Amino acid sequence: MSTLELAAARKSVWSRGTARLLRRPTATIGAAIVAVFLALTVLAPFIAPHDPYEQDFAASLEVPSAVHPFGTDQYGRDVLSRVMYGSRTALLSILVADGLALVLGCALGLIAGYYGRWIDSAVMRVVDVLLAFPYLLLALIIVAVLGPSLVNSMIAIGIVYTPQYARLIRGQVLSVKTTEFVLAAQAIGGHQLRIMLRHILPNSFTPLLVMATVHAGGVVVETAGLSFLGMGAQPPSPDWGSVLAEGQGYFLTAWWIATFPGLAIFAVVLGFNLLGDALRDHFDPRRRKE
Amino acid sequence: MIRYVIRRLVQLVFVLIGVSVVVFLTMHVLPGDVAMLLLGDHGTTEQLESLRRQLGLDQPIHVQYLLFAEAALQGDFGISLRSHHPAFEDVWTALPVTIQLSVAALLVAVAVGVPLGVMAAVWPLSRFDNIVMTVSLFGASMPIFWLGLMMILVFGAFLNWLPIGGIMPIGVDAPRVTGMTIVDSIIAGRADLLALAVHHLILPACTLGTVSMALITRITRSEMLSMRSQDHVRTARAKGLSEPAVVLKHVLRNALIPVVTVIGLQLGLLLSGAVLTETIFSLPGVGRLMINAILDRDYPVVQAAAMLTAFVFVVVNLVVDVSYAYLDPRIRYR
Repeated sequence: MSTLELAAARKSVWSRGTARLLRRPTATIGAAIVAVFLALTVLAPFIAPHDPYEQDFAASLEVPSAVHPFGTDQYGRDVLSRVMYGSRTALLSILVADGLALVLGCALGLIAGYYGRWIDSAVMRVVDVLLAFPYLLLALIIVAVLGPSLVNSMIAIGIVYTPQYARLIRGQVLSVKTTEFVLAAQAIGGHQLRIMLRHILPNSFTPLLVMATVHAGGVVVETAGLSFLGMGAQPPSPDWGSVLAEGQGYFLTAWWIATFPGLAIFAVVLGFNLLGDALRDHFDPRRRKE
Repeated sequence: MIRYVIRRLVQLVFVLIGVSVVVFLTMHVLPGDVAMLLLGDHGTTEQLESLRRQLGLDQPIHVQYLLFAEAALQGDFGISLRSHHPAFEDVWTALPVTIQLSVAALLVAVAVGVPLGVMAAVWPLSRFDNIVMTVSLFGASMPIFWLGLMMILVFGAFLNWLPIGGIMPIGVDAPRVTGMTIVDSIIAGRADLLALAVHHLILPACTLGTVSMALITRITRSEMLSMRSQDHVRTARAKGLSEPAVVLKHVLRNALIPVVTVIGLQLGLLLSGAVLTETIFSLPGVGRLMINAILDRDYPVVQAAAMLTAFVFVVVNLVVDVSYAYLDPRIRYR
């Protein structure tokens, strides 16, 4: 089989797999919500009706109307525009926090699983210690050290999620490192780093994809949660958690300020949870039968 | 079984040492040190050096850690920079509020989640099952800080059914024995205070318990469904047992083993959620104390709260592991 034929065959396996995945209603709904979310992050500057930072005290605390479909906040800022721009912070948090956890967790898991012995014990004890903290508590401790800011809250959430990726990858490495293709690569003198990155890591792609998707929703909630507590994005940033926190003070008189960013968080988390569940079912043959 | 418990206890000691190292190091990567924080902007260089010597901050780092660990074992984390009380005392006073909230939330989650999961599994793919699964999916996706606000808006402001914050109405003189309002009301034999305490706990507990409830519903349903196709269940049916007897005696009993573990492991979720719930409902628990301490840079309180919460979390996880090993012998022989 030529390289071109091989590539075409691989592409057709992927498209068949994607089509089969999207036949699940939960996957379709989840993918649609995530697609809308991603589109918002790109299109926010073009479709947002107002500048999210623009204050208009004459229009403060206006109820939802045709001009301001989600109403305005105490400074007269358009809540819909702030919610639209907030999607960008949410996406950034997924990229930074989930990405950091993925990279750190993969590195730790690969090293622990591949080298074994005392290195494995040492790395896994560090992982155990990190898991000994309730996740938000650990994030708060890290933010307490680094100082409250959006970037620091993302780093904190990334560190909090790292142990789960490390455990997953370590398990994968332990099952893959004794397979013939890895032993063959070692026998011909392949560099250890190359073996880990080219032969072992790609075999863990599926569970990593599922975990990253499931965690994406969690990252959005937790970053918004830290911002809500004043530990993440700071005003006047249109971050969903921060907007929600600002609206909390006016909640009984202007319910719309906190309601719509909360709905946005809920929708995005729901989308990622649906997609994550569908991916997990799709790649797990036992669940597929159920 | 005893060997398993001893092995887990030894692991617990190492994990707690690790936790104490993490908490200790947080103070050492901060800009400045405790002496600077204690003295503020008014201290002279001599006073600063003298305080550093007094606090052992001039010692090598491993010696400082040993001093910290020794003091921590005696519950000494220093003095709160805000309240000027011992930091541990502040956290210890707030802990009962968090424990009461977490236990109440767990009760709500189990009392609603397990029956819903069982009923959904008894009628799989029915309309009821679909509704339960949709509701549980929504529950699992709910940001609790938003749900709390919605609860306040609907049940507190619009319907005016329940109080929107605090653990007791202002001005009510409740006796304090344990710090848990419900327990204290029972000890004092005051039904009026008990009613007030429960009234104040309903919204926070339902808010905090929602995500756990959703997860417990899903895991109960999934375990029940996988248990229904097991050989022993088929045998029970073949013997002519009635369907309720099969479900209760053979399916539910076995399905509940992993459910018990999931319930135990909810504690991490609840302790994390308690931080947000306490902030929304103005409850004087450890979470809210810690947030205020971080914002005020009151690091002795941050350290004490972190150590105590992690300790509670690790010990409860140990109890869950041991109870799971007791219920499922395969675990302890692994």
